[in-house]
Amino acid sequence: MSRLLLTGNAAAAWGARLAQVDYVPAFPITPQTEIIETLGRWIDAGELAARLVLLESEHSMVTAAAAAAATGVRAFTATSSQGLLYAMEMIFTVPGWRAPFVLVNVSRGLATPITLEPDHSDVLAARDSGFLQLHCATSQEVLDSVLIAHRWTEDPRVRLPAIVNLDGFHLSFTREPVELPDAAAAARFLPPFDPENVRFRASRPVSQAVAVLGGGPYSYFRYEIHRAAESALAVYDEVAGAFASACGRLWPAVETHRAEDAEVVFFLIGSFATKARDAVDRLRAAGVPVGLVRPRLLRPYPVEAIRRALRGKRAVAVVDQNLSMGKGGVLHAELASALYGEPDAPRVLASFIGGLGGRDIALEEFREMAQIAARAAADGRSPAPRLLYTEGELREVRKLQGIAQAERDDLARGGSEP
Amino acid sequence: MSESRFRRMNDLPSTHLLGAGTAMCAGCGGLQAVQEIYDVLGEKTVFVNAAGCMTLLSTYPFTPFRGSWLYTAMACAPAGAQGVRDALDLLIAKKRLPPEEDLDVVVLSGDGAAYGMGLSSTSAAIDRGLDFLYLCYDNEGYGNTGQQASAATPHAAATAGCGARAGHAGQKKDLFAIWAANRPSYVATAIGAEPLDLARKIEKARSLRGPRLILVLAPCPTGWDFDPAEMVEIGRLAVATGVWPLKEWEAGRVVHTKVRRPRLPVEEYLRRQGRFRHLFEPVRNEAALAEIQAGVDAYWAGVS
Repeated sequence: MSRLLLTGNAAAAWGARLAQVDYVPAFPITPQTEIIETLGRWIDAGELAARLVLLESEHSMVTAAAAAAATGVRAFTATSSQGLLYAMEMIFTVPGWRAPFVLVNVSRGLATPITLEPDHSDVLAARDSGFLQLHCATSQEVLDSVLIAHRWTEDPRVRLPAIVNLDGFHLSFTREPVELPDAAAAARFLPPFDPENVRFRASRPVSQAVAVLGGGPYSYFRYEIHRAAESALAVYDEVAGAFASACGRLWPAVETHRAEDAEVVFFLIGSFATKARDAVDRLRAAGVPVGLVRPRLLRPYPVEAIRRALRGKRAVAVVDQNLSMGKGGVLHAELASALYGEPDAPRVLASFIGGLGGRDIALEEFREMAQIAARAAADGRSPAPRLLYTEGELREVRKLQGIAQAERDDLARGGSEP
Repeated sequence: MSESRFRRMNDLPSTHLLGAGTAMCAGCGGLQAVQEIYDVLGEKTVFVNAAGCMTLLSTYPFTPFRGSWLYTAMACAPAGAQGVRDALDLLIAKKRLPPEEDLDVVVLSGDGAAYGMGLSSTSAAIDRGLDFLYLCYDNEGYGNTGQQASAATPHAAATAGCGARAGHAGQKKDLFAIWAANRPSYVATAIGAEPLDLARKIEKARSLRGPRLILVLAPCPTGWDFDPAEMVEIGRLAVATGVWPLKEWEAGRVVHTKVRRPRLPVEEYLRRQGRFRHLFEPVRNEAALAEIQAGVDAYWAGVS
């Protein structure tokens, strides 16, 4: 085992390398490109016995990954944002092929307006697809999760593809110390892919992904995907346990930090958990009883572990780095559905939308969210959802609007000399 | 093609590999072609299908194929073929699959995908030199949804959603030329009504590696509006009038495999189909008929 400084992207590439993937269909997109470039370099240098094929779109890339997996090889691919959405037809299609592979999504906000910077709108659009979802907070976790995800998706009780998610920029381009599992340990943890009966070969013809007529068979096969995703929850615990034995790190389905005796809990996914932990420690030092609950799994949704972690809390501050237009935060709505009617559930779920399109969430804002949630708990009413946004930010946007208006007025007057 | 094992009609297989009783319409010219093609290709194949009429060939729990099948979506069958081909190559190279388990990868697509939505993924598969056979059954419209105009719809054909009086304003896209311009291994047009010509082309395509297109015109009783019993006759007329040239492209050279002289007037082909009825009733549209005839004549004038 050796220690390296790796960006989140490089960690994802290392995960694929240690998983000894056979096939990497690829398409470049910021902020993901470093992953496929890194893998391409290793393949060219003969350090990874895989084939990388550059497709002409993410739609084709996901198709090729799934078709290769359905033929019996271990496939890995990566994308971001608009790319994930361009592939969305196939993201919803291929889970039904029951061909396991791993897709790393480097989260980035969605157009419009077009941006390169991170939030979770892209990956949450894939929420209902049948892809399993693992959300990472650190580079170490990215590397380990790619390995874990391969074994997890290939388990005969699961056989669904998975998305391993990391935040663009915040994590994709941040170097962190990472312990590299040695190749032998990784290989012991992740044996070669056994495609069993799901593969194409001359002696055993199969028809894959065929049409059905009527709602009876359709419902049956759709529900079967759902059941497989549900059973992936228990399988995940097994796989995470096996990984801990092989490589020494345990990644539970739900991470908690000082949550046991907390009154108010932050609830979020992804790399802002690092800042949330720091905020929790500082608030604790100031005597505020806060904690953190961070689901690593979003699909399957670890309902029981979340309920357990939140039982008896006074309030939850849910931080959503996404926005479901006309509804609000996706994590908030999902959490409410998991807790409703539960005995000892928190009385208050305060919804905060933050970190959209690369916007930071400041320590001060964590402090304020904790205060708002605590106050609401005292009132016994969940507060109205809030967008984390400062007067300073609004002033900056007003300035830009002022410039845009001035330019427009200038053009209307016939323009001025440069 | 002198070395072909298909020298006369009697050389064609007398029994068919493709099962009967599919969901295709009676008199489907596309199914006729697929049946003839499958006899030559054989069962060591995986058909990677794009959304279209033939998606319903394999409907759970039935399939007419003795080999394998993978349905993808409308735009990306060539990408599915890429994944399957690459995976088979990798497995064989890494000795995880014996070479005798290998399969020929065949894309099966209608004209809606081949000329339109799937053209980008097709073009890219050619760019990558993918070793696959692309089989397009061209019934000149989105047949599965009621024959809306596609990029393959011929000029003046009535389609769903455009006025029967005027017919389709556009011109049929030249997919053969588009493929040839990409310099693949092989491009051929064919039709089920000329089974010997079709069998030879499949045999030829099978002997080559790299991207190969077989573009078959698929007379469509429901979309073109004719009696299913006339499907073969209409297919023959498409060739005899010169509307559907039978040809192949290889290494930069186009060869016409069946040249009929003199050609029958295009009218003989058009008048048999309801989609062109407005050119004859209530009054003959002499200008439009002459324009279509002139287009066909101009094509053949360029054929040596």
